[in-house]
Amino acid sequence: MIWDLHCHLSGVTGRTPAERMGRLIEIADRVGIERLCFYMGMTWTKEPTPEDLQKQNDEVLEALQHYHDRAFGFCYVSGDHVEKSLSEIERCIAAGPMVGIKLWVAHHCNDPAIDPIIRRAAELKAVIYQHTWLKTDGTTYPGESSPYDLVELAKRHPRTPLILGHTGGQWELGIRAVRAYPNVSIDIAGSDPTAGLVEMAVRELGAERVIYGSDCGGRSFASQIAKVHGAEISEREKRLIFKENLKRMLMPILKAKNVQV
Amino acid sequence: MIDVNVYLHRWPFRRVPGDEPEALVAKLRAAGVTQAWCGSFDALLHRDIAAVNSRLAVECRKFGPGFLEPFGAVNPTLPDWQDDIRRCQETHSMKGIRLHPNYHGYKLDDPRVVELLSAAAARKLLVQIAVTMEDERTQHPLVQVPHVDLAPLVAQLESLTALRVVVLNAFRGAKVDVVDKLASSRRAWFEIATKENVAGVEALVQQVGHERVLFGSYAPLFIHESAVWKLRESPLGGGQLEAIQTGNARQLIGAA
Ligand SMILES: [Zn+2]
Repeated sequence: MIWDLHCHLSGVTGRTPAERMGRLIEIADRVGIERLCFYMGMTWTKEPTPEDLQKQNDEVLEALQHYHDRAFGFCYVSGDHVEKSLSEIERCIAAGPMVGIKLWVAHHCNDPAIDPIIRRAAELKAVIYQHTWLKTDGTTYPGESSPYDLVELAKRHPRTPLILGHTGGQWELGIRAVRAYPNVSIDIAGSDPTAGLVEMAVRELGAERVIYGSDCGGRSFASQIAKVHGAEISEREKRLIFKENLKRMLMPILKAKNVQV
Repeated sequence: MIDVNVYLHRWPFRRVPGDEPEALVAKLRAAGVTQAWCGSFDALLHRDIAAVNSRLAVECRKFGPGFLEPFGAVNPTLPDWQDDIRRCQETHSMKGIRLHPNYHGYKLDDPRVVELLSAAAARKLLVQIAVTMEDERTQHPLVQVPHVDLAPLVAQLESLTALRVVVLNAFRGAKVDVVDKLASSRRAWFEIATKENVAGVEALVQQVGHERVLFGSYAPLFIHESAVWKLRESPLGGGQLEAIQTGNARQLIGAA
């Protein structure tokens, strides 16, 4: 069975978070995905206001309501709004059901200003996910982090587990960039099902640092699952990537919250 | 199952698991593929295209008749490209050709394209056009290649009534309204290698009709399982699955 690190309520039909969730679970069932981690809401903006963060977190909370046995929520936060991010972490994680944080674009993650967010998330044992995309075609979004930005963050928080979103986009560079920082794992979601990506990641980082995610609904579950199923690696390594690594990262906060899995 | 989007030879920017033909063929056979339409990665940047096509034909023949079907490359910016298309059919007995307008540096409204498509139509050769070979965000900094703009193809399909086109790797670059117009010509087909979104194939069938959809993997650069699992991810009933996996492609190549 598969745990999916990277799911959204966008890119799928449905008028409400609950409808979209129902649709995604129905499709996830066809391809053997057991648990899904959700972050961000039904519509996105590249420079979210504090109100946007709250509204999108509300949508995820609503979507989770009837699916606590299938889905986890990550709290959407932003380095542009540190105070609001900290209060959203209290509301959604400390006092709510969420188990991780998601940092997207708008604010580079190398900025020490985001450290209070990272520290509070770490105290709560929340999983910390940072989107990264290193692009060669010049379409980088304002404040979009690169793997090099994440490395600076990882150096400041060497004992805090961090996740490099999208393996940095240009994965041949992303994998190399984080190789020397064992607190950084990689998310393989949200890129074309290019042969060799997972093999290189396992070779350079070890399978324990590689985590399956899809980036659904914009991506197909199938194309992302295939990256692992089709990789020339062992069955044990596939099990780690599909489920065990993410489960291991989530267990401390799930235990603290008394969530049975 | 017929896979209409496979490549032999070397992807220019890295070695890829399965880029040796024996390994690729073993993978395809294990997945239940009964025929694969193959182009050549060498055709992207090599200028001796005649040699690329010869190697492709020889390589394909090694695996028995009809399993690997070679689709030769034609580049209308090269001198005497007309003889490449002749050789594809007369020397190599190819059923179709595969075009890479972006890597070869021309647009589909180029007057040479009309001549090329007319020649292919007159010979009853299938024409495959590859829209995208790699996510534009990860391309090598020295080799930045835009998506192919398919818009001019709408008028060409209207005027060349014998022309049949299979669009490869369409869905990163092609605009929805252009796909709709091409589909309504009823002489354009689309394969699923770059179709994303959850249950994306179901959505594509709703958009263009299952008669226009073909199974394509873009192996070995894309992991073959991706296309296979997409058929599982989308509910496809009432003969749709068989048509997409085999029937549509068999009909197409049967008429070539
Ligand atoms: Zn995402």
